[in-house]
Amino acid sequence: MAFLTFKGGVHPYDGKELSKDKPITDYLPKQELVYPLSQHIGAPAKAIVAKGDHVLAGQKIAETGGFVSSPIHASVSGTVTAVGKVRNNMGNMVDAVTVENDGKYESIEMQKVDSLDALSKEEIIKRIQDGGVVGMGGAGFPTHVKLSPKEPDKIEYVLVNGAECEPYLTSDYRRMMEQPELVVGGLKCILKLFDNAKGCICIEDNKPDCVAKMTEIVKDEPRIEVKTLKTKYPQGAERCLINAVTERELNSSMLPADVGCVVDNVDTVCAICRAVMEGRPVIEKIVTVTGDGIANPQNFRVKTGTSFAELIEAAGGFKGSVEKVISGGPMMGFAMFDYHVPIVKTSSAILCLTKDVVAANEESACINCGRCVSGCPARLVPSRLATYAEEGQEELFVKFNGMECVECGCCSFVCPAKRPLTQSVRSMRKMVLANRKKPK
Amino acid sequence: MSDLLHISSSPHVRSKVSTSGIMGTVLLALLPAALFGIYNFGPHALLLILISMATCVATEAVYEHFMHKKLTIKDYSAAVTGLLLALNLPPSAPWWIPVIGGVFAVLVVKQLFGGLGQNFMNPALAARCFLLISFTGRMTNFAVPESAWGNVVDTVSGATPLAALKAGESVDIMSLFLGNVQGTIGETSALAILVGAAILLGTKVIDCRIPLTYIGTFAVFVLLFGGHGFDINYLAAHLFGGGLMLGAWFMATDYVTTPITKKGQLVYGVCLGVFTGLFRIFGGSAEGVSYAIIFCNLLVPLIERVTMPVAFGKGGKKA
Repeated sequence: MAFLTFKGGVHPYDGKELSKDKPITDYLPKQELVYPLSQHIGAPAKAIVAKGDHVLAGQKIAETGGFVSSPIHASVSGTVTAVGKVRNNMGNMVDAVTVENDGKYESIEMQKVDSLDALSKEEIIKRIQDGGVVGMGGAGFPTHVKLSPKEPDKIEYVLVNGAECEPYLTSDYRRMMEQPELVVGGLKCILKLFDNAKGCICIEDNKPDCVAKMTEIVKDEPRIEVKTLKTKYPQGAERCLINAVTERELNSSMLPADVGCVVDNVDTVCAICRAVMEGRPVIEKIVTVTGDGIANPQNFRVKTGTSFAELIEAAGGFKGSVEKVISGGPMMGFAMFDYHVPIVKTSSAILCLTKDVVAANEESACINCGRCVSGCPARLVPSRLATYAEEGQEELFVKFNGMECVECGCCSFVCPAKRPLTQSVRSMRKMVLANRKKPK
Repeated sequence: MSDLLHISSSPHVRSKVSTSGIMGTVLLALLPAALFGIYNFGPHALLLILISMATCVATEAVYEHFMHKKLTIKDYSAAVTGLLLALNLPPSAPWWIPVIGGVFAVLVVKQLFGGLGQNFMNPALAARCFLLISFTGRMTNFAVPESAWGNVVDTVSGATPLAALKAGESVDIMSLFLGNVQGTIGETSALAILVGAAILLGTKVIDCRIPLTYIGTFAVFVLLFGGHGFDINYLAAHLFGGGLMLGAWFMATDYVTTPITKKGQLVYGVCLGVFTGLFRIFGGSAEGVSYAIIFCNLLVPLIERVTMPVAFGKGGKKA
């Protein structure tokens, strides 16, 4: 059988064997928990607690700062010890609420519903919004906004992104293996919003057990099917996934809804299920702690706000001399200079590598081999774009579609001259976006 | 562990393919043709190969030393140029021919235009054409050196297969394919070259796009304009004779001087086929591959401009 796929892409070492067979274990935080107010795209949330307040697990501690925004909830019970600046996983200082854990895990009373039928579409979206659900695969786009397109009737596909194409990551895999009913439950909630849509659970063919399990569990669901994708990075990138499943294409100025699609990551779909059916906000996250620099790679279910450093300790600490600690996967994750930062809604992995191959490889001249062109899922010519970026030629960069880049990293990965193509293109994209925002 | 962690922009992993790895593979893939040339033409061929490679590498090293540039001979690109140049020389050329050619290739064609990746013509071929124009007699004398081992080469006709073909004589296809005919050191054996090509394809250093469109277009051109109708023997002689195989698999696929766009590579292959056909059939000399390739090298920027890929989602299918 030919599996679904897109044009371009690369095949990095996937490293999933380190943690794929490790069941999810609960980790309870030992130290204080930190909740940055901006764990999503859009306006930061506004803190509604003050130092000294007592909070319960699941209690809202920051409310939305606008429509495109999302509230933040405490994940433990305890006392607010500070509201102020902390460092986040991207190295920036951001506003946050800090809570000292009292170890009791007292929870607010959650508003459960017995059946999805009891809820209207508006109520479903309201519950998702109140639950603080955002795109937990990494982008952090508020889910209630995504699920409120202008013309809901035109949505034909709801894609559950279980590709997990980033090397090393196994959190979505473990989730689908251990709690497939949550995935299906969340998908049903979304399908209720879109009367004309069918649901597709999309999984790469390197996870055959997962495909089998999901196929079995949805066999009596007329509106849901499982799609098997070819294993290739970046199969889980939104535009690539839509293209693989529906053959439709979209560019940077379009939203998935423009081609009749809604895409949500597995973890997000589970969070939707929890928020809608159990009234339970996003206060937990499955995090893979892995890499050749970790003594005992693990998949943890952790409270949001837990420190990365604590999880590294819980996974046996470092093994050997670690050169790089990455928040996320090796292709699109952020290298951190300080790992005493909190897990947020979009954190999916901590990757510790003993060898920084980027620093070990010396950059040399482009030999025009075209590997970046073959690998680019956006069908660009990355080597030229990088050169325009390095020379500051903004006009040429935009003319040759530099803004269509999704920063997946394929070009840098395949470059035999070891040029940092993605980095150059990314910098220029930031500059162009900043210039566009400037008042004329 | 050290207290300081590395940070860098993603991605944090890199493939194992490197420039020197690619060039090393090309050297390996050229080995069958080179070894056959030595077996065929004797120790003088070996001497020419060594002189040519040494000159190219030394020229690059000396230039970079005096220009205070980073030494790049470890990427093996100069060695590849040297070997390719030698394989394009007649087996009886005097020792100073590869010296002049090597210096011209690396110094003038490659380094003066900015070094690896910046040359707009294939250095080895540009040097060969430079030598052909400057030392026509020595570069077109395909006499087999007296020191050649054994008697593998049919020296009776005293002409290269293509020259014989042009003069209206017929040639033995089998000896053309195996390579015991006259010609430059590396071009005679289609078999040895195809073994090398298989190495390049197997290691994904090149793909079939350029060689196949090139050879295919040329074959069609020969059938249409060769004046022999559908004559398989005549066609095979054109395909296996002269520099077509070496050129199509090893020089038309040189990354630096070919289009980076996939569509452009097809256009480039077609251009090569047409020009080679024009030069061979209607031109004054029997050969045409070298000139066709360096001429088409000049068309590359134009070809790239008109074959830029359509970005994903810009003009494709929409809902």
